[in-house]
Amino acid sequence: MVQIEKLKHAYGKTLIGYPDWKVGQGDHAMIVGNSGCGKTTLLHLIAGLMKSASGELVVEGKNLAKLSTSGLDRFRGENIGIVFQRPHLVRALTVVENLILAQQLGRRKKNLTKVNHILGTLEIEALKKRKVYQLSQGQAQRVSIGRAVVNEPKLLLADEPTASLDDRNCERVIKLLKSQAEMNKATLIVATHDQRVKNEFANRLSL
Amino acid sequence: MNLIQLSLKNVLDKPLSSLLSVLLFGFGVSIIVSILLVGSFLKNEVTKNAQGIDLVVGAKGSPLQIILASIFHIDFPTGNISLEDADDLTKNRLVASAIPLSLGDSYQGYRIVGTTKQYPLLYQASLEEGRWFDENMVATIGASVAKELNIKLGDELQSAHGLAEGGEEHEDYPFRVVGIMKATGSAIDQLILVSVASVWEVHSGHEEHEHEDESLHDMVNLEKLGLTVSLEQLENEDITSLLITYRSPMAAVQLPRIVNETSNLQAASPPFETARLFNIIGIGVDVVTILGIIIVILSATSVFIALFNSLKERKYELAIMRSMGASQRKIVILIISEGILLTFIGTIFGFGLAHFGFAVLSSSLEQIQAEGIFFIYEEFYVVLGSWVIGILASVVPALLTYRSDISETLSKA
Repeated sequence: MVQIEKLKHAYGKTLIGYPDWKVGQGDHAMIVGNSGCGKTTLLHLIAGLMKSASGELVVEGKNLAKLSTSGLDRFRGENIGIVFQRPHLVRALTVVENLILAQQLGRRKKNLTKVNHILGTLEIEALKKRKVYQLSQGQAQRVSIGRAVVNEPKLLLADEPTASLDDRNCERVIKLLKSQAEMNKATLIVATHDQRVKNEFANRLSL
Repeated sequence: MNLIQLSLKNVLDKPLSSLLSVLLFGFGVSIIVSILLVGSFLKNEVTKNAQGIDLVVGAKGSPLQIILASIFHIDFPTGNISLEDADDLTKNRLVASAIPLSLGDSYQGYRIVGTTKQYPLLYQASLEEGRWFDENMVATIGASVAKELNIKLGDELQSAHGLAEGGEEHEDYPFRVVGIMKATGSAIDQLILVSVASVWEVHSGHEEHEHEDESLHDMVNLEKLGLTVSLEQLENEDITSLLITYRSPMAAVQLPRIVNETSNLQAASPPFETARLFNIIGIGVDVVTILGIIIVILSATSVFIALFNSLKERKYELAIMRSMGASQRKIVILIISEGILLTFIGTIFGFGLAHFGFAVLSSSLEQIQAEGIFFIYEEFYVVLGSWVIGILASVVPALLTYRSDISETLSKA
């Protein structure tokens, strides 16, 4: 569950306010708007990657403003999975190792069965021994979805996950995000300006 | 997948740049370790060869040269001293014992030393086969001489005048080999030992000396020298130097002054002269050490640049690791352990190189009888130092990552 009230972010000296918003547990929602309107910033605030200037930001019952930097790191690792516009997998590792690293950074036990299961649902099990630079853009994005959901997060965030993908992969990624969120009963929030996915979500926050 | 494994994979992911760092660091370390090894080897060698010798007395000249010629057998002697002068000196009550050395001849580059049995005893040399040089014109040879020249018992050696190969040969006076010594690891392995009288005999022919039957003359026993000679020999013959042992510590103060001031002999103290020698060599060693340190610093810079570049490429990757829950501390440890890993592999490589090189060198050079694989405690500091350098080279890149704003990095992706 995510709840925003009178949230403000300091961009240099100017304060940017966000409208109040609420996303219920297990809901799928999206943040829409043109580039530069603050979608990514809001998503980063929700993810605890940066701190808000004022207002209420409650994620999974925790007020993020009250957590320390390392507390935020920990909270994020345990409760939130994030998919970015570009996958940025750890280059030196294979597909499987990237997911195992995510398990360990999120303070979970290494669980190879789970990793294999997720790769199966993303239809990339055949690629599991590949180094990440041997993957195509679409394949890598699917691995990054796997990485985001491997710890069964309560909140799955995606920042422009489809921007650099072609139509076929775009559709597939949205479908996978939804199905993975449902599988984990996770709340899903997608920030995008992509016209192709505009009508996929009912709860929309326009910035 | 712990952090160490991850940093190892990161290092292996950039094989060429990692190799460069490792090679540079390894060469720097190997230069420093080699200097340490050679230094400790030389010191060890010096003490081994100078043991039991308190003072060396020879003809006037460079004291260092006397030491080098009489103890290490690597320089030319300063000249000769008369047996009479030598005998007079040994009568001093401060002298416990004195071993005469008569140098100047060689066989195929190996030095022939006219001396007494006390000399091999000084080095605890024992016989591999045969017997000692108890009579004239027989020789007991060092282990290296026997091995290198493939000499067996009963072989005859034509000594040559001078210490280098190709000197004028004393054709009429061959030495018969009657004994071969066991290897001792000291200079004696390189020597051909004969009696002092044999050297006189070889040269008496040489100098057209009239050779008379010694038994007709009165024989005198030079007790401290361990020689029995005729009166005529005592008057006419020379030796090269004396290796003296003191009777009391007091002698160390008095005897060198007595020798240098009251006779035409020259006294040289092995510890003093070798310390002087190390001082001279020390300048060269310092230059090489500085070179080694410069290479280590260069390589530390290369480790720094390698890490810095790879972090620039990987900054999104690291930001995402943060987003997945890695704390700043974990990221810093990851980067520092990458730096340490590079310098650590480099250190191992450098140690391997230095010890292997030293082993090859000592087995190929006949003058050196040292084992290649020995460790000295200074090497511990080299290991410690290389770790510190590894940490220093990676601390700046690590701190830059520590301070980077992950949100800003990720939104620029």
